[in-house]
Amino acid sequence: MSAKEKLLSVSNLNVAYGNINAVHGVSFDVAAGEIVALIGANGAGKSSILRSISGIIPYSGSISYKGKDLKQTAADFIVALGIAQVPEGRGIFGNLTVMENLKLATWHRQDKENIARDFDRVFTLFPRLAERKHQLGGMLSGGEQQMLAVGRALMSDADTLLLDEPSMGLSPVLVREIFRIIAEINKAGKTILLVEQNANMSLHIAQRGYVLETGRIVLSGTGQELMGNPRVKEAYLGG
Amino acid sequence: MTYILQQILNALQLGSIYALIALGYTMVYGILTMINFAHGDLFMVGAFFCFLIAVYLQLPFLPTLMLTMFGVACLGVLIERMAYKPLRAAPRVSAIITALGVGLFLENFTLALSPYPKNIPPLLADKTWMIGSVTISSLQIIIIALSVSLMLILDFIVQRTKAGMAMRAISWDKTIVPLMGVPVNKIISLTFAIGTGLGGAAGMMYGLAYPVIDPYMGIMVGWKAFISAVVGGIGNVRGAMIGGFILGTVEILVAAFFPSTYRDFVAFTLLLILLIFRPYGILGRPSPQKV
Ligand SMILES: Nc1ncnc2c1ncn2[C@@H]1O[C@H](COP(=O)(O)OP(=O)(O)OP(=O)(O)O)[C@@H](O)[C@H]1O
Ligand SMILES: [Mg+2]
Repeated sequence: MSAKEKLLSVSNLNVAYGNINAVHGVSFDVAAGEIVALIGANGAGKSSILRSISGIIPYSGSISYKGKDLKQTAADFIVALGIAQVPEGRGIFGNLTVMENLKLATWHRQDKENIARDFDRVFTLFPRLAERKHQLGGMLSGGEQQMLAVGRALMSDADTLLLDEPSMGLSPVLVREIFRIIAEINKAGKTILLVEQNANMSLHIAQRGYVLETGRIVLSGTGQELMGNPRVKEAYLGG
Repeated sequence: MTYILQQILNALQLGSIYALIALGYTMVYGILTMINFAHGDLFMVGAFFCFLIAVYLQLPFLPTLMLTMFGVACLGVLIERMAYKPLRAAPRVSAIITALGVGLFLENFTLALSPYPKNIPPLLADKTWMIGSVTISSLQIIIIALSVSLMLILDFIVQRTKAGMAMRAISWDKTIVPLMGVPVNKIISLTFAIGTGLGGAAGMMYGLAYPVIDPYMGIMVGWKAFISAVVGGIGNVRGAMIGGFILGTVEILVAAFFPSTYRDFVAFTLLLILLIFRPYGILGRPSPQKV
């Protein structure tokens, strides 16, 4: 891959919480239009990497997006640059209605007509949300909240979505549904960095993947390669 | 009957002032889960700003109000930026002590500049009307009408505007809000500006209604407004308004039927009893934040 194609590139990323080192010298990149999966067990440092990219925790090393250094960029401006995150645990504002949750994500946008178009798209993608427009976010079921979280990321009109365990806590049917939607969103042009413990599903839809163990990348390859790797099979695909 | 009507009017006047100040406590708490103990003193500064503007610039009522609110709002934002923001990640008690310190600073700074109580000159031609045998003064009407209008505007901002939506989102979970592209620090500044600006307006109105002002006037009134906010359910904007009017009414009623020295004692006792039955206040929610 040529350097030009790299949309997001992370190099030598280190994250520490007090004296706990969560991420050690992680480097990887994501090209425009890709789905890249980041696989790892609990505490491997996946969320810390996404939080660094979004600029909500301090880190050392460098992260650049579209050639721009993100370290000096405020979190809200990173969203305006085109990176939206669906945080772990969904991060729905329970005291705001579904409509308000979606609207909040359009904070930096001026393009009224396109916003209206994106509302339509989100409600077409997730008809359940359309039915619940005026309900408080806190009243939604877990699956509905996950849909709302993804819908919200779409409303921010970002080119790149960072998804932190979108399948967490969902029933098997909903898990398949959410992965189908991720693939669909990707086909429609969004670049996706997908953090998952569900290695099977995510490596299926990802072009490439990285395996993270205790804060270090220990394996990388195409989705196919990783699924065939004995180490991945044993540790993440249940033998 | 007349007596009651008269007292209701007085209660509305006092209650609207408490409510305006209580809003400042509740808004800041809602967004930062921090009690801004300097808020009562910002109310006092509002009265002094009004005094300075009225005496030295001799502006009419409305420009005086605007300038007072603007001045106190700027001071509030400055205090947040300089004193509170560096402590956001520090233990809660550090922020509380800092706020108390800021309050003492404001009191003593004002005291140094103005060792003697001051009189705010009347900014409004004081007309009174008799309806039946109830006396209504123009000042009373203006205080009540202005407070209620400010509260309606605030309610609109919080419930209907994008900035208000961001404020409510921050009060739910501050860590997620930046991911929405919302500049959290700007919203916090805006919240301080609005909250302290309302406190400034209250200071001015209090100074017009009870014209002798001194550097310590914010302490007792500040406590009462804080209690109003707690009674209404701290963090809840409509609760603060309700709490302010409740406290104003209780105080006036107690003073109407008991010797006036009993006023604060009885009022606070009643409020404590209310809190035993509704510990989170009238509109407060039992478990704040998150699902
Ligand atoms: N706010 C925090 N304070 C202290 N330590 C933290 C904090 N957040 C994460 N950590 C630690 O950093 C390490 C990496 O955490 P992180 O949340 O990035 O892992 P993860 O891969 O996302 O795990 P999970 O799959 O459980 O979500 C863990 O050891 C965790 O305990
Ligand atoms: Mg995580």
